[in-house]
Amino acid sequence: MYNFSKCSHTRDAYGNALVALGEKEPRLVVLDSDLSGSTKTDKFAKKFPERFIDIGIAEQNLIDIAAGLSLSGKIPFVSTFAIFGCGRAWEQIRNTLALDNLTVNLVMTHAGLSLGGDGATHQSLEDIAIMRVIPNMQVIVPADSVETEEVIRYAAENKGPKYIRLSRQSTLDVFRRGEYQFDPSQYPVIEEGSDVTIFTNGCMIRESLKACYALKKEGISIKVINLHTIKPISKKIVIDEAKKSGGIVTVEEHNVIGGLGSAVAEILSQYRPVPMRIIGVNDRFGGSGKVEELYRELDLTPEHIIKAVHEVMKLR
Amino acid sequence: MKPDDIEKLNNIAKKLRKEILLMTAEAGGGHYMSSLSTVEILVSLYFSEIRINVTNPEDPNRDRFVLSKGHAAPALYAIMAETGYFPVDELKTLRRCGSRLQGHPVMHRLPGLDTSSGSLGQGISTAVGIALAGKMDKRKYRVFVLLGDGECQEGIVWEAAMSAAHFKLDNLIAIIDKNNLQISGPTEKVMSLGDLKAKWEAFGWSVFNVNGHDIPDLLATFKKIKTVKNKPIAIIADTIKGCGVPFIENNLKYHTVPLNEEELKKALDCVM
Repeated sequence: MYNFSKCSHTRDAYGNALVALGEKEPRLVVLDSDLSGSTKTDKFAKKFPERFIDIGIAEQNLIDIAAGLSLSGKIPFVSTFAIFGCGRAWEQIRNTLALDNLTVNLVMTHAGLSLGGDGATHQSLEDIAIMRVIPNMQVIVPADSVETEEVIRYAAENKGPKYIRLSRQSTLDVFRRGEYQFDPSQYPVIEEGSDVTIFTNGCMIRESLKACYALKKEGISIKVINLHTIKPISKKIVIDEAKKSGGIVTVEEHNVIGGLGSAVAEILSQYRPVPMRIIGVNDRFGGSGKVEELYRELDLTPEHIIKAVHEVMKLR
Repeated sequence: MKPDDIEKLNNIAKKLRKEILLMTAEAGGGHYMSSLSTVEILVSLYFSEIRINVTNPEDPNRDRFVLSKGHAAPALYAIMAETGYFPVDELKTLRRCGSRLQGHPVMHRLPGLDTSSGSLGQGISTAVGIALAGKMDKRKYRVFVLLGDGECQEGIVWEAAMSAAHFKLDNLIAIIDKNNLQISGPTEKVMSLGDLKAKWEAFGWSVFNVNGHDIPDLLATFKKIKTVKNKPIAIIADTIKGCGVPFIENNLKYHTVPLNEEELKKALDCVM
């Protein structure tokens, strides 16, 4: 059993990882769009002011300046809120970063519903869909602080454009520092089980585990897998899990259109059709409220997951 | 530069015009009018000002050229062929499936391109990043970026302009090809740009005006800008869309419609 009171902020892990990597890698530069105090790039800014660039409130320029730095041999990390970084600057990301496969690491924070009180304009429920559809783009959603540190190291050491999605919310501490190594093609099993497989990631791991433990009491055995790398997705793991359990539920803090569930369904519908349910935000905007309240309002609770598992089991 | 040299450059400009007309006619498309307005700018740059090494296009100390108005790709390809990046014969492949000469420049397909471009406004922002990296690494290279005047309607141009001045990028030179026309009409009618010089100055740039078809004037301007310190440089080049072919000059009918055989022959006669 995971200890639900042990949580931490992946943004802090990101800021610390940048500082640690910055010591060793002189080509690493960090760009932000007037939100460094929130994205936690301020830690790097303090330590390496000559390699930190604040572009101000201008996300399109933020992305293309990062492209120019990458073209000149730098390894840029770019941060702002997910909705603005991915949304406002989407076409810069497509036409300048991705087209030439430039190495730029987009680490966008405050994704999903995590900016609760700020409401719909600041929440990001479409980012995975619009990043995933761009050729060359890698899309990663880290589970916790340890995985975030590992993913940031991976990003600094590997080529190509990457979208790394972080939340404002704290996440459940799943991995132990020093024991975990990130591999984009391997998805860690968070909980073993055999009746239904849940693919999830990020903040939804906690909700999925709650559902898993409740179902255990009913005698239903759920396997929870951390599908952190939505692109490139491991076709093999998705198919193998469908073969093993014969029923899949995906859980994501994102619109049900175009995200994790869609990515899994694209594989299963073609190569291993099995009963499946997609838990996510049902094509709606968010709104103001506490994150827990919004999860309830937008169908992202353990109860919704449990219902989906029952439906999948009936269809099997 | 001696009069002989000027004549040599003017002859190269003529050759470029011919190549632009031939390759776009062959391709059955391409922005030849917008390309023709950039010819003398490119010739002055590539044959006098810019420090590049054709045999080592990746040299980290080379000057960079960003064609922010990516639709003038035919002109860029023509000058690149003329400079020796690839055989002039390859110009015939413009816009063909599988060609290195894409309708708008795609960097990873063609060695010698410093960026991809085509989506207006993005080139100057990318150029700011390249210039900034040059400053961070204390390299001596300069970054030249060619924009259209219509392109200045894009918001990102002004985001980039603001940031270049903020970072004091005197290694960044933006040349604005001011031909006063965009695809659906005169810029002043479509979306008035007002006083472009005042706008760039207000954004913190050092601004110069030049006749964009006058090679000695262009060369003299390139000399003048070398004295500018701590500010990015904008050169507003007055040009004529379709320059060199009187029957298409400023005639929007020809913005992208390919020339037919008869028109091509007539056009080639004008530029030879």
